[in-house]
Amino acid sequence: MFESFLTYRSGRWFWWALALSAVSIGLYAWHDLPDPPNGGTWLGYTLGSVAAALIVWLIWLGRRKRDYGSKVGTVQGWTSAHVYLGTALIIVATLHTGFQFGWNLHTLAYTLMMIVILSGFFGIWAYARYPSRMTENTGGKSRPELYTEVAELDRQLQRLAEKGGPEVATAVASAVERTVVGGSWLAQLKREDRSEVQLPGKGLVSNAGMAAIVDFVIEHLGASRDGAQGEALRELSTLLGNRARLLSRIRRDVQLVGLLRVWLFVHVPVAFACLAALTAHIVSVFIYW
Amino acid sequence: MTEKVKIAVVGAGPGGLSAAAHAAELGVSHVLLEKTKKHADTIQKYQKGKHVMAEPNVLPLRSPVPFEQGTREVILDGWAEALEKHGVDVRYGAGVSGIEGERGAFRLTLENGEVVEAETIILGIGVQGNPRRLGAPGDDADFVQYQLDDPDEYKGESIVVVGAGDAAIENAVALAKHNNVAIVNRRDEFARAKDGNIALILSAIEAGDVTCFYGTNVARVDTGDFNGAPGQLVLSTPNGEVPVPVHRIIARLGAVPQRGLVEAFGVEFPSKDANALPTLSSQYECNVPGMYIIGALGGYPLIKQAMNQGYEVVEYILGNKINPADHPLLEEKFKALPYKEDVDGILAMMQERIPVFSGVNPLMFREVMLDSAVHAPAEGSVIFEKNDYTNTFYTILDGEVQIEVAPGLTIASGQGNFFGEMSLLSGRRRSATVRAGKGCVLIETPRRTMNKLLNSVDAARRVLDETFILRTIQSRFAPGVPLEVLRPIAAAAQLNQYKAGELLFAEGDDADTLHLIRSGSVTIAKNFGEREIPMAYVAAGNYVGEMGLLGNSTRSASVRATVKTETVSLDAEAFNALLDATPALRAEMEGAVRSRSQQNVRMQGSDGSGDVLSFLMQQGLGEATDVLLIDKSSCVNCDNCEVACAETHDGTSRLNRKAGAVFAEIHVPTSCRHCEDPHCMKDCPPDAIRRAPGGEVFIGDNCIGCGNCERNCPYGVIQMAYKPPPKPGFWSWLLFGAGPGPGQKAGGKASKDEIKKAVKCDMCKDLAGGPACVRACPTGAAVRLSPEAFVDVVSARLP
Ligand SMILES: Cc1cc2nc3c(=O)[nH]c(=O)nc-3n(C[C@H](O)[C@H](O)[C@H](O)COP(=O)(O)OP(=O)(O)OC[C@H]3O[C@@H](n4cnc5c(N)ncnc54)[C@H](O)[C@@H]3O)c2cc1C
Ligand code: HEM
Ligand code: HEM
Ligand code: SF4
Ligand code: SF4
Ligand code: SF4
Repeated sequence: MFESFLTYRSGRWFWWALALSAVSIGLYAWHDLPDPPNGGTWLGYTLGSVAAALIVWLIWLGRRKRDYGSKVGTVQGWTSAHVYLGTALIIVATLHTGFQFGWNLHTLAYTLMMIVILSGFFGIWAYARYPSRMTENTGGKSRPELYTEVAELDRQLQRLAEKGGPEVATAVASAVERTVVGGSWLAQLKREDRSEVQLPGKGLVSNAGMAAIVDFVIEHLGASRDGAQGEALRELSTLLGNRARLLSRIRRDVQLVGLLRVWLFVHVPVAFACLAALTAHIVSVFIYW
Repeated sequence: MTEKVKIAVVGAGPGGLSAAAHAAELGVSHVLLEKTKKHADTIQKYQKGKHVMAEPNVLPLRSPVPFEQGTREVILDGWAEALEKHGVDVRYGAGVSGIEGERGAFRLTLENGEVVEAETIILGIGVQGNPRRLGAPGDDADFVQYQLDDPDEYKGESIVVVGAGDAAIENAVALAKHNNVAIVNRRDEFARAKDGNIALILSAIEAGDVTCFYGTNVARVDTGDFNGAPGQLVLSTPNGEVPVPVHRIIARLGAVPQRGLVEAFGVEFPSKDANALPTLSSQYECNVPGMYIIGALGGYPLIKQAMNQGYEVVEYILGNKINPADHPLLEEKFKALPYKEDVDGILAMMQERIPVFSGVNPLMFREVMLDSAVHAPAEGSVIFEKNDYTNTFYTILDGEVQIEVAPGLTIASGQGNFFGEMSLLSGRRRSATVRAGKGCVLIETPRRTMNKLLNSVDAARRVLDETFILRTIQSRFAPGVPLEVLRPIAAAAQLNQYKAGELLFAEGDDADTLHLIRSGSVTIAKNFGEREIPMAYVAAGNYVGEMGLLGNSTRSASVRATVKTETVSLDAEAFNALLDATPALRAEMEGAVRSRSQQNVRMQGSDGSGDVLSFLMQQGLGEATDVLLIDKSSCVNCDNCEVACAETHDGTSRLNRKAGAVFAEIHVPTSCRHCEDPHCMKDCPPDAIRRAPGGEVFIGDNCIGCGNCERNCPYGVIQMAYKPPPKPGFWSWLLFGAGPGPGQKAGGKASKDEIKKAVKCDMCKDLAGGPACVRACPTGAAVRLSPEAFVDVVSARLP
């Protein structure tokens, strides 16, 4: 049945990663370290090579993910292995360095690698945490379905607003038109509402949470003496409230999707940077030699 | 009109056109009577610019009228030209409403009262039927129409659309853009239409774009000047009569099938089944001597077939014995067989040797053989394996086959017998492995062809049903028991049909029968207070009701069909006889009862489980053989499943992740369920939708793009799409920026002649690795499941 990539095939990659780490630690403990330790011993070369191979293979996930007809395992299996072997890299690579850190290219490669790994941990956390919240937030509806609901509300709003008088109609139309969902990455993640509305006498004002337009309609409601118009305005304010709630759900959805992805914007570019630094490291090591 | 023609052709469809043109070409006196104002009404109604296919490709065209694949317009023009060129005496607006008389002296009455006399008649009126009329006084006014070609043609008019189906809704909504539109619904709600269309019309009504009269009938139509409109429609609403001035009335009330009219002409149908075909001789003559039936009405759903028959039937009427156009095809097919006789000889021998086919009329049998394959397999070779999903039907023309009904237990079956009927009738996997015996010659008939035959030949259906029951009992309960012993038990068994949602039996009923589910599936439910909570799902091939028979005397649970379901039922007496014949059976049954009780207890433990099961059933999973489910708690919205599907399937994803219902974090996206009895297969003219041995329902290259399957699939999973141009490889995209890249859509079509064809999930049957969607999911949220695993889904959701 449903099986998480973390428990894929009874966590087989977890055990492989554990074994790799244990062997590395064992060898490191058993091995006679030169003083100061360096990567130049046979163990250093071995661990370094393993680490480098792992990094190349970890990056290859990006290719495998896009090789849709591939017969080489499933993406789920790859991700499972990626996560566990990627974590084992902390041990393997660290032992390779012999804890010789400094302000140099070697340490830069190492640091970049650690950033990638840590961002990966955030990814795991995000993957575990956010999907359920998304379903909870939208009640299982997809984004297009939510937008259809908004469009439907907008049509009803427009009809009611016309009954509320020309001023209200223009204001509601402007509120609909100037509704903003999303925006920059930061705006998405912060769930910002930069909606505005053009109101008579007030000009362009913020309409976050539909508050300004609701207030405006309620003001008109207070002043209205016409029964039918009053009824329309009352209904209008309820619908605007519904619209605000619906939009806030969409913004929350946008935010959650953002949180599910944002770490990849660190993970992937830094992974390539790491690869570059690593290449330089290997080249430099051979030159110094 | 007293002049008498030799041949009156009724209906100017492809069949009728071809017949009339051939008669004209030969100088035979004739008349072509067409109800509408143009030729080939069915083709006129295809959507504009539609590319018409000339399937079956192997069949040569034999007609004075040209036809090869091309656009609707080109084909229609070509036909109009041919009518002209051959000087066909065609009369439009000449619908035939009655036929009397006999060969040599037929009198055809037209809808306008005129009479045409003819010696012989060729009926080629197709199966599209007539639009159902308003049926109210004045409905012949010229502003009443039954079709809408282009909604943008009308602007600023007052239009009333009558009807509540998909066509009515689509028309009303489309017209509302530029007109003042009302819709008349006989009922109090829109229920007959697709969900999407219901939503569409309700919001249009809500928004005031369309006025709706619910619970309303049409009283009459008045002609005159009503506020500048040429007429008014008087409606009888729940609040009394309401007159509505109109420029136009569009009635979309569905079609009246041709059957009634054709029966009134004197034509007999072999059974009441709505799909039955009239019985025809090998020269297309029906039971009325001198009256011939060709084309779709006779059961030939493609244009080329209809046209060839038009040619042939004229030859037959003139007394010429020509071979049908398909003759060489049969000749080719029979070459593989070890017989010296000619085609007709072999056909006759087949009917003589095989009892199920002997009652079939020669014309229909010929058609069966055209669709069928003949094999002479080497001794010992496997014909099909147990658990294959194939559903063709086999008959034994010569020699014998070995059927392995149970491990180590084979029975032989010889000349004249058949096998494969189990999967044919139930849509389930093969229940036994069959191997060729000595000197074996087999006829393999596709499911659709066989179903067509069974719908028309009652005797054949009866034989198959009886055998089915017998063999089911043997294979399911008593593999070691000879058929002779089982025969009386089987004779007492009954075949039952249930509609979706119908009860097989209710909790507390007397327990007197055991049901073996032949097709469909059921849920077992218990009552808790007011609520009926489903406890388990039982798929076809299994039985229900055994608990009652083994001890209890009343039913401990209710059993309901989830979809259209057929069962074979055994009463207590027959069941006891069976237990006596097979001692091991009692133990097996008791084991089954025990495990079912355990499961019930497990399910009872939680409130939510029944709801999850009901949810899955509501999504149509009761008829699924394989379904895609997404676990919402681990789906990270990456869309990799959809992209993978598109990338491995000509750029169109066959699953829609953003659609479909969600319950308890289980998402049923829009994707094929590979139904046990696929609705999509029902009306496919070239029989392009097939089931592969693995159970995958897929669409072949011979799809003509008619869109019937798209409409027939209740789960909206079929799309019509172009095949796009090929994409550059990954590296040229990455290194040289050649587009479109992985996951990006390639617009356009592969070649200029490309037409939109039906596409759907094929379960990636041609991909070595299996379903691409599932294999591409990084977190394991997407899985494909067979029904047997549904219970696991449910119990996995238990706390
Ligand atoms: C959407 C769609 C797409 C299709 N695409 C293809 C394709 O690409 N290739 C293909 O080979 N097939 C296709 N088909 C099938 C094809 O249209 C039919 O097989 C074919 O039209 C059958 O021809 P016919 O002559 O038997 O009947 P029809 O074409 O149905 O012609 C019957 C004619 O009789 C007239 N008529 C009816 N009643 C009377 C009466 N009482 N008196 C006088 N006249 C009457 C009708 O107005 C009509 O003109 C398609 C079908 C559909 C619905
Ligand atoms: C083929 C792979 C590798 C080879 C051949 C290699 C080789 C070496 C050598 C020879 C040294 C010792 C240099 C010295 O003592 O001056 C070294 C040190 C080091 N390596 Fe690697 N290495 C490899 C992979 C890696 C990887 C994958 C990382 C981490 C991303 C890494 C990080 C370091 C660090 C941080 C040091 C310590 C630098 C120092 O001693 O000042 N190396 N490596
Ligand atoms: C140096 C080590 C690592 C490198 C170079 C690396 C590289 C990559 C790359 C290139 C991708 C592909 C992203 C894409 O194409 O969308 C990826 C995805 C991912 N990585 Fe890493 N990674 C490393 C370590 C880790 C670790 C340690 C974890 C977790 C503990 C991790 C978790 C993930 C996850 C969850 C994905 C997303 C999978 C998906 O959604 O398809 N990575 N990584
Ligand atoms: S296309 Fe529709 S009807 Fe056909 S098998 Fe799939 S789900 Fe069933
Ligand atoms: S596959 Fe669908 S669209 Fe294609 S011919 Fe068959 S019914 Fe028509
Ligand atoms: S099984 Fe294959 S064809 Fe079907 S939805 Fe998945 S990827 Fe598409």
